[in-house]
Amino acid sequence: MITVQYPEERNLLPENYRNFPFLIYDGDDAHAGLRCVACKICEKECPPQCIYIIKSEDKKPDYMGKPQLYPKVFDIDISVCMSCQICVEVCPFEAIKMDKDFELSKRERFDALLVRKEELSKSNDYYHKIHPIEAAAVDKNLTDAAAAAEAKKKAAAEAAMKAAAAKAAAANTTPLQPTATSPSKPDA
Amino acid sequence: MSATLETIEAMERPPVTMAPRLDGELLEISMGPQHPSTHGVFRMNVALEGEVVRKLKPVFGYLHRNHEKIGENSSYLGSMPYTDRLDYFCSMTNNWAYALSVEKLAGIEVPERAQYLRIVLAELTRLQNHASLLGFLLNDMGAWGTPLMYAFREREKILDLFESLSGSRMMCDYMRFGGCRCDTPPGWMEQAKKIVDRFPRFIDELEQLVVGNEVVIGRTQNVGVLSPELAIDAGITGPMLRACGVNYDIRKVDGYGFYPRFKFRIPLGEHGDTYDRLMLRVLEMGESLSILQQAFAQIQPGPITNPKVKIRAFRPPAGEAYGRIEGPKGELGFYLISDGGPNPYRYRVRPPSFINLTVLEDLCLGHTVADVMVILGSIDIVMGEVDR
Repeated sequence: MITVQYPEERNLLPENYRNFPFLIYDGDDAHAGLRCVACKICEKECPPQCIYIIKSEDKKPDYMGKPQLYPKVFDIDISVCMSCQICVEVCPFEAIKMDKDFELSKRERFDALLVRKEELSKSNDYYHKIHPIEAAAVDKNLTDAAAAAEAKKKAAAEAAMKAAAAKAAAANTTPLQPTATSPSKPDA
Repeated sequence: MSATLETIEAMERPPVTMAPRLDGELLEISMGPQHPSTHGVFRMNVALEGEVVRKLKPVFGYLHRNHEKIGENSSYLGSMPYTDRLDYFCSMTNNWAYALSVEKLAGIEVPERAQYLRIVLAELTRLQNHASLLGFLLNDMGAWGTPLMYAFREREKILDLFESLSGSRMMCDYMRFGGCRCDTPPGWMEQAKKIVDRFPRFIDELEQLVVGNEVVIGRTQNVGVLSPELAIDAGITGPMLRACGVNYDIRKVDGYGFYPRFKFRIPLGEHGDTYDRLMLRVLEMGESLSILQQAFAQIQPGPITNPKVKIRAFRPPAGEAYGRIEGPKGELGFYLISDGGPNPYRYRVRPPSFINLTVLEDLCLGHTVADVMVILGSIDIVMGEVDR
């Protein structure tokens, strides 16, 4: 064990190190790419109740293009949060992850300790930088889920098309039959 | 009217009375709650005759933070991070005890790898708890700093392991119902093996420097003798009980987890004094090392969580369960009553430190004030668990 001259030198943090959650957005736009859909599960499950969410009235497309709600307000009280990672575990959208930043002291006691959506939102690249292994696994999960959803959609569309075709065929055959067998058309 | 020098001079002063001599009377003093040797905010009202303790009344509750009531109002999973804060030296064993009770309540199976991982973590916790306890005990005896720093050097290595596994050194929050939260990062097992292989050097060093030390023997032998009868009557568990010669270890008695698969011995004391309690912990560390070596040999890759357990909206069936484990300090148990809802109807912790503390007066009577600190140190309390 060697003494590390802290602010100049730093120990490398382990991959699993966790301190305080943040919200992930895909791409460059923090608003458009935000994965959170304001389902409020983390707010409900948070043991010290430090998350505060207000849903939006309008919708924006998520990473699969599906219109979803987004949080109009997403605040986390840094002085209450105990970095237990339960919000991360319960999130079904991989939208909230643990940060590694531990230098969180602020100059102001009240407003600065309530971290707003804008400060919480960090890019997926940042997530890859701090938790490379975990982030790769999450990305794989998301692309797999998107591919599965796409395949399902395609299959559903195909099935729908087939059903429509069958219906159309049936519709075509039924009105045709009386005409074909109709004795009122002798010239056919 | 403002008080000038003249008015103060003019005021009548009460006659000065000399306090009567206190020959043969008891002197009551309040030790703590800010006493450095009380391991937290713990107070003892002591009645002294000269330097000898004639009465001792423990006062606690300074760190009470409503743990059980919070547990009844938060979800089952939501209590898990709070259990880290009970005995903040041994968060891994606290997690295990709570997970065990919920698994009993809901009838959840735990995969093999998770069981082995839990044993590895529990024994590592025991190592670091006993090491730092011995450091603190020697600190209380007046060996300032050095032994404590030796112990903390070892503890720090184990805490680094916990950090790279769970993300936090002390507030691990690692176990989950039906397994553990995440698998070990690459290279973790090798690192743990290395630490365990080198740990005997620390034990040897400690034995050489401390256990045979004349001052340590003088300060601890025949100090704070606990009789096995009183220990059993008072519900003492853990190293305190085994130091009196009572063979009771929940790892053997209950055989929870995969402990029946392991070969280990239970060290027992003979006299029940402070020296036996100290020595017993040294021996227990050796047994923990042997359990760890066996676990490293047996552990196989595999799943670490039970996929049937729901993370969100976890509701065990109505019923009650009491799960207990042999924590480093004694029997740590969680008693849960479920009414089928998302949070327990009743959530009760059986903390070893608190119940071991109840015999403090019996141990201290007739000893000097300086011995009280040593006896208190040998009981091994953590106020986070005593007050909850």
